[in-house]
Amino acid sequence: MSSVEYLLASRSLAVTRGEVRLINELDFELAQGQLALVVGPNGSGKTSLLRVLAGLSAPALGQVTWRGVELHRLAPEQRSELGYRGHFDGLKKDFTVTENIEFYARLSGHQGRHDQLMSDLSLTEVKDRQVRFLSAGQRRRTGLATLKVGGTRLWLLDEPMTNLDADGRSLLAGWLEAHLHDGGVAVVATHQPDELLRSGTLMIEL
Amino acid sequence: MTGFIVILERDLKLAFRRVSELANPLLFFVIVTSLFPLALSPDRLLLQAVGAGVLWVAALLSSLLALEGLFRADVEDGSMEQLMLSPVPLSIIVLAKITAHWIVSGVPLIALVPVVALSFELPAQALWVMAAALLLATPTLSVLVSIGAALTVSLKSGGSIIGLLVLPLCSPLLIFGARATDLAAQGEAVAGPLYLLGALAVFSVSLGPLAAAAALKVGLE
Repeated sequence: MSSVEYLLASRSLAVTRGEVRLINELDFELAQGQLALVVGPNGSGKTSLLRVLAGLSAPALGQVTWRGVELHRLAPEQRSELGYRGHFDGLKKDFTVTENIEFYARLSGHQGRHDQLMSDLSLTEVKDRQVRFLSAGQRRRTGLATLKVGGTRLWLLDEPMTNLDADGRSLLAGWLEAHLHDGGVAVVATHQPDELLRSGTLMIEL
Repeated sequence: MTGFIVILERDLKLAFRRVSELANPLLFFVIVTSLFPLALSPDRLLLQAVGAGVLWVAALLSSLLALEGLFRADVEDGSMEQLMLSPVPLSIIVLAKITAHWIVSGVPLIALVPVVALSFELPAQALWVMAAALLLATPTLSVLVSIGAALTVSLKSGGSIIGLLVLPLCSPLLIFGARATDLAAQGEAVAGPLYLLGALAVFSVSLGPLAAAAALKVGLE
């Protein structure tokens, strides 16, 4: 019997988009501190898979469990451990960077100041600027900041490198490393797996 | 409760940053109701006879206009996905959004009604009853439209379909609301229709957010 405690597990998972079956019989397990990279061409089902792993879409077949509990049966406090960032950052364009970050922090019950976080992300200069006036890269950074303040344990990131410059990408890689080191789990869909690859990474090829 | 307040505050703050969007349904209400006395004969008795009905239908359509995009902005910018993953139950999120929208669109409508109703020469006692009836009817209206908005959230042109879905369900509100206003204009007791509107409000606010949350979940899969 294995002594490893798996946090995220997929069993015989099948994922469809519309009528098209994209993924069949996908089995994997992730323990704390482990990273999975989802790679594949456009349209292969990376986003659909992440949405199923987040519990935002139901699988066609099979099941996904978090801490051994099926996603649709998770208690609210367990569900709040799941963090997902898709193609959209979930930011309100009429709010400033600070207001967006504070909203997500309050929503997940983590209040406080976020000066250090904004400094790490080079957002200090634009912290009082409305998101509609930010560049695509700055929006991406703000989106990542809202993920960080949520205190989530599982990060499901869909193409997180998009629109990030070299500094932003290296910062993200560092954050991911720190998150995994702190016992977090991450599943990242990416076209640039080499930048995030580390020992023990699970590759899911679609 | 904290989640409810956080989302309510956010939506109120957002609404006040887009005042023009708030004003559109109210302007629609004022313009539509002002056109009737111009198009009909200025006969006092005729205006009094049609006044309650016109005001109620205009209020209904204005609410539909205000609420059809209740969830769309959050879906389009990815906020809805984040809200759905938060520890706050989806039905509470829906209730908070409906409440915020009711405060910024329903309450001003109720405040406008006694003023607009003057152009129909409705007696003073009918104005206050109409405002009270709208106070009881608009929460039900908001909940019904939110269910329609949730069901059509993934459709690009959901507005017209919401009307088809929701307007037939609004007929009890129209019947009881217009009846209460008519009874008040004739100086008769208005408690009956107001109680019924109150009962509908309690029923819809208790169960409607659950239905809208289920519809939203299906619509976004």
